[in-house]
Amino acid sequence: MRYALLVYNNVEVRDRIPEERRRITAEIAEVLSRPNVTGWLRLHDVESATTVRYEQGRTLLTDGPFLDSKDFLGGFIVVEVENLDGALAVAGELQELRGAAAIEIRPVHEERHIGA
Amino acid sequence: MLEQVFRDEWGRVLASIVGFLGDIELAEDAAQDAFAIAAERWPRDGIPVKPTGWLITTARNRAIDRIRRERALAIKTEQLVRDMRDISEETMDETAAFPDERLELIFACCHPALALDAQVGLTLRTLGGLSTEEIARAFLVPFETMSKRLTRAKHKIRNAGIPFAVPPDHLLPQRLDAVLAVIYLIFNEGWGGGRIDLSAEAIRLGRAVVELMPDEAEAHALLALMLMGQARSAARFRGGELVLLDDQDRALWNQRQIDEGRKLLERALTLHGGGPYIMQAAIADLHLQQPRNWEQIALLYRSLEYFTNSPVVTMNRAIAVAELEGPEAALALLDRLELDDYRYYHSTRADLLRRLGRDNEARAAYARALQLTEPGPEQRFLDRRLANLSDSADQHIGS
Repeated sequence: MRYALLVYNNVEVRDRIPEERRRITAEIAEVLSRPNVTGWLRLHDVESATTVRYEQGRTLLTDGPFLDSKDFLGGFIVVEVENLDGALAVAGELQELRGAAAIEIRPVHEERHIGA
Repeated sequence: MLEQVFRDEWGRVLASIVGFLGDIELAEDAAQDAFAIAAERWPRDGIPVKPTGWLITTARNRAIDRIRRERALAIKTEQLVRDMRDISEETMDETAAFPDERLELIFACCHPALALDAQVGLTLRTLGGLSTEEIARAFLVPFETMSKRLTRAKHKIRNAGIPFAVPPDHLLPQRLDAVLAVIYLIFNEGWGGGRIDLSAEAIRLGRAVVELMPDEAEAHALLALMLMGQARSAARFRGGELVLLDDQDRALWNQRQIDEGRKLLERALTLHGGGPYIMQAAIADLHLQQPRNWEQIALLYRSLEYFTNSPVVTMNRAIAVAELEGPEAALALLDRLELDDYRYYHSTRADLLRRLGRDNEARAAYARALQLTEPGPEQRFLDRRLANLSDSADQHIGS
C-alpha cells in the first residue's frame, strides 16, 4: 500500500541553528534514499504560500496558508509498504531524527480514476 | 443452547472471514447470514459434525454471493473470484481445519491507530459477539453514537491498511499491552458499574488470549487478576447495596475462580513474567487473604508505581499506607496527586478524613466524589457515608 507522510513543521523546527539542521537533513536524506520511499517533496517556507479559496460565490486570492496555525506543512513523503505498521515505522524513525513537530500518515487512494 | 454455540463461535467465524475478505464490515454481514441459516437449519437437521467449519464455509459462500450481487463491487468480485479459484477447490470443504484467526483480529481491533473507545467497542463487537445495541447500552452512549464509532473504525482498518496480523516480535510487547489494556478496561467497566455481563465478557476475551498465546506471562496474569476480582462479585452486593471487602461474606466467594486465578498467577510467574499485571494479580491474591498483609500489599504497589508511574497506583498504595502508618501519612501521599477528576480519589480522601474526625473536609470530599459518580450502588454507598457524617455532626451540636 502507498501512504503519504505529511511532514509538519513549526517555529521550533524552522529556527534551528544551521549546523543542527544540516545534521538532521543528512540523516533524513538517508531515510529518503531507501527503496520503500517512492517520492518526496520539500516545500518552501509557509511565508511563500498563496491560497485560492471559494467563498460566498466568489473565488478569492489571499496571501498566506489556508490554515493559519503555528504548525504548517513542510513536505510530503510517499512510501510503498505492506501496511500501516510499515508506514508507522518510517514516520517513527523520522520523528526520532527530527525530535519535534509531527507527521500525519494518510493512505493513498489507489483507484486512479478521479471520483471513484 | 444454540445461542451459546453461536456466541462461542462468532469470534472464530468472523475472524476467519475477515482473514479471507480483508474487510470487517463485509465479513460481519456474511457471518450474520451464516448464523441465520444455521438458526433455521440446525434445529431441524441437527448440529453439523464440525459446526465451526460449517459456519465458516457457509459465511464464505454467502460473502461471495453478496459481492456478486452488489454491482458496485463488480471489480472486487472479479478479483475475489480469481483469488478464490484455488481456494474453493481445496478448502471450501466444511470439514477442513480452518486456522484460528482470532488473534489476528484482536490485534487489528486493538491497533493503537484507533481511538481507545473504538478499540473497546470493536473488540466487543467482533470477538465478543455483542450487538452494537448491547455495547451502546453498556457504555451508556446512544445507539447512533456507538454505531458511527464502530463503522468509522471498521472503515479505518480497511482504508488505512491496519494489518490483520500478529505483530512481529519487535512490536509484540507493546501491541500485546494494548490488547490487554482493552480487555482490562472492559472488565473494569463491568466492575465499577456493576454490569456483570461486561466483566464476564472480559474474562472470556482474556481466556481466548491465554489460549492463543500460551507463553505470554502478562496474558495469564491479567486473566488471574480478573478471575480473582470476579470471584468476589456475588459478595460485593447485598440487597443491591455495595458491601466493602472486609464486610463481605466469604462463603459467597467463588472458590473455583480463586483457585483458577491462583493457578494462572503461578503459571505467569513460571513464565518469568514481571510486568504490571503480575503485580496486580499478586495484590488481588493478597486482598483475598485474612488478615491482609498490608506491608506486602504496599510493597507491591511500590513496584507497580515504579512500572506504571500512575497516580492511581500511588493512591492505592496510600490505602495500604493508611493501614500501616495511619490515615495522616496516607493523606500526605494523596495530597501530592493530581487526580481531581477521579471519583475514587475523592472517596478515598473522604474516608481518610472521616477516620481522622475531620468531618467538614470529609463531607466536601464525599460531595466531590458524588458529583463524579453515576447513579447506582456506588452512589448510594457514598450517600450513606455522607448521611452518617451529617448525623454525627448533628449529635455533636446537640450534645
